[in-house]
Amino acid sequence: MMDTMAIALGIRDALRRFIIGLVLYLAILLALPYSTPIFSALFPQLERPLYQQQTFAKLVAAHVMLVLVASFVAMVVGIGAGMFVTRPRGREFRKIFETLSAMGQTFPPVAVLAICVPVIGFGFWPAFVALALYGVLPIGENTVSGLEAVSPAAKEAADGIGMTPIQVLRRIELPLAAPVILAGIRTSVTINIGTAAIASTVGSVSLGLPIIVGLNGNNTAYIVQGAVLVAGLAIVVDLGFEALLSRLSRWKA
Amino acid sequence: MHRPDAPLGVAVHNRPMLALATGVLLAGMLLPFVAHAPNRLVSGVALQLWQVPDVWSCVALIPALPLMIGAFLRQTGMVLWGLLAAAIVLPVGLTHVAAVSAEALSLSAESKSARTSLGSGFWVMILATALMIPDLTARMGLSPKVRLFVSCVAIAPLAAMVLLGHLDAMSIMKEYTNKAALFHAALIRHFVIVLGALVPTLLLGVPLGIIAFRRPAFGGPVLAGLNIIQTVPSIALFGLLMAPLSALAARVPLLQSIGISGIGLAPAIIALTLYAMLPIVRNTYQGLGEVPPQVVEAARGVGMTPTQVFWHVELPLALPVFLAGLRVTVVQAIGLAAVAALIGAGGLGSIMFQGLFANALDLVLLGALPIIGIAVAADAIFNFALISLQRTKT
Repeated sequence: MMDTMAIALGIRDALRRFIIGLVLYLAILLALPYSTPIFSALFPQLERPLYQQQTFAKLVAAHVMLVLVASFVAMVVGIGAGMFVTRPRGREFRKIFETLSAMGQTFPPVAVLAICVPVIGFGFWPAFVALALYGVLPIGENTVSGLEAVSPAAKEAADGIGMTPIQVLRRIELPLAAPVILAGIRTSVTINIGTAAIASTVGSVSLGLPIIVGLNGNNTAYIVQGAVLVAGLAIVVDLGFEALLSRLSRWKA
Repeated sequence: MHRPDAPLGVAVHNRPMLALATGVLLAGMLLPFVAHAPNRLVSGVALQLWQVPDVWSCVALIPALPLMIGAFLRQTGMVLWGLLAAAIVLPVGLTHVAAVSAEALSLSAESKSARTSLGSGFWVMILATALMIPDLTARMGLSPKVRLFVSCVAIAPLAAMVLLGHLDAMSIMKEYTNKAALFHAALIRHFVIVLGALVPTLLLGVPLGIIAFRRPAFGGPVLAGLNIIQTVPSIALFGLLMAPLSALAARVPLLQSIGISGIGLAPAIIALTLYAMLPIVRNTYQGLGEVPPQVVEAARGVGMTPTQVFWHVELPLALPVFLAGLRVTVVQAIGLAAVAALIGAGGLGSIMFQGLFANALDLVLLGALPIIGIAVAADAIFNFALISLQRTKT
């Protein structure tokens, strides 16, 4: 009884934190275009203290779009690969998968992003490819460890009542592995939000743009505006995952 | 489907090897091996392996054939050693052909600024062989230390070719020769940034982890706070530190005189330290948590003082988990130091971003490839340390 209440409160808390964070973020986003007086007071030496090349809403949308599309591809590939190497027919490829994943994750994301430019060129695509490639690794790794952690007894029981291997995967293994897979997606998305910001240096539009323009033009106000929006986005998304994870663990309990 | 006794009498005994060897052959035949631009103005022409001026170029692909055939053989010790040898020879041959072709192309080019760079085919083939080697050594049942040694043997000839100047006609090495002094300064600066963050992290993080373990009421909020910092993207944290630091430096001349300002080394090291704290504090905390309480009690029972218990019992037992945290910290810091170039901290990232902003792609690689190399090397060193620790423990 106490436990159920505590868990219920936990969900409420995580969800509430996410909603508060989201509302706060949107409020900042809406207020920022009208914040010229604040920034001119903070940085009196600057002639144009507010970034106006693009609207902030547009930059947030472009940033979220880039991360969303790349993470979606990373999820499909990562979960697919993780499922494949844990099936009997794919087990042989497990070692290669692990090598690739361990090696790839030591590569700094910013270096992966830079290397994509000579191969692909400037713009949206190198950023997309770098984010998708890098995003696959934590998701794939967690899919494997999540599926491996499913108790053999549960699988045998499902097998015993006549489920096909696909049914066992869909109804038993994936739901039980979901929290671990979701944790991998969270890691992947968190890294990608940061890499997407740096992707402004390879010519793609994201919230990193005010920061890069500010750094090149010595405009600290632009840097602060970009940095606040990037940091806020990362924190809000992380709170969202926190809320989602606590929901999932409630189902499990 | 794994069928050892297929009706035709041909069975695949190593499907990953078959897949990778097929990948090597396809990449060798279909993807561009090198790209050549006769001068800076013309964009590069992609050349396949069979199109490069070296007549013997395709010989370099020969080791891929035994690799492919080997996949159909029973995986006995002899076959595995043979496959390993072929997998080690293959990249050496490919790199040699790339080097010789670059030399021939630069001799035949009319301009001194002719550039030959490595193509996607080369990289795919190298990656595929790099994946074969750990798979083979795992199948052979070699110990982790021997496996690491085999990886070193595979990398050694490639490193030797780069260091001895065999690849000097490649555009990235030409770029290196032009910018040698700048490159070395950036390399040293990169290490300075990483070590500059590591020292305060260890001095602060380890005690903080110990206190967090002893006083959970204090540890919870500290870890939660560090978790939030870890969530903030690096470029944003750099940016957020710049404004207060430059304001501070403007107000306090003393800080300015010791070199602290909004850009450069100071914000870079502060940001890197903030990031590095989480893995160190968390793993110190977790490492101490994994020490069995019975062991601590037994140590107290034989009359050890709390200080002795800490140094002789808790610390050695917590070391592997702590080292795993240090490994994450160091590898992460090497990458973050590259981003710090954006706020004027220097390092290899400055070469990389200079290349990106000036559309000089060889310069991008001259910055990015060593960053990856250092990160991978650091990871391997920690791997070795962890393996050694495990062996002394058992």
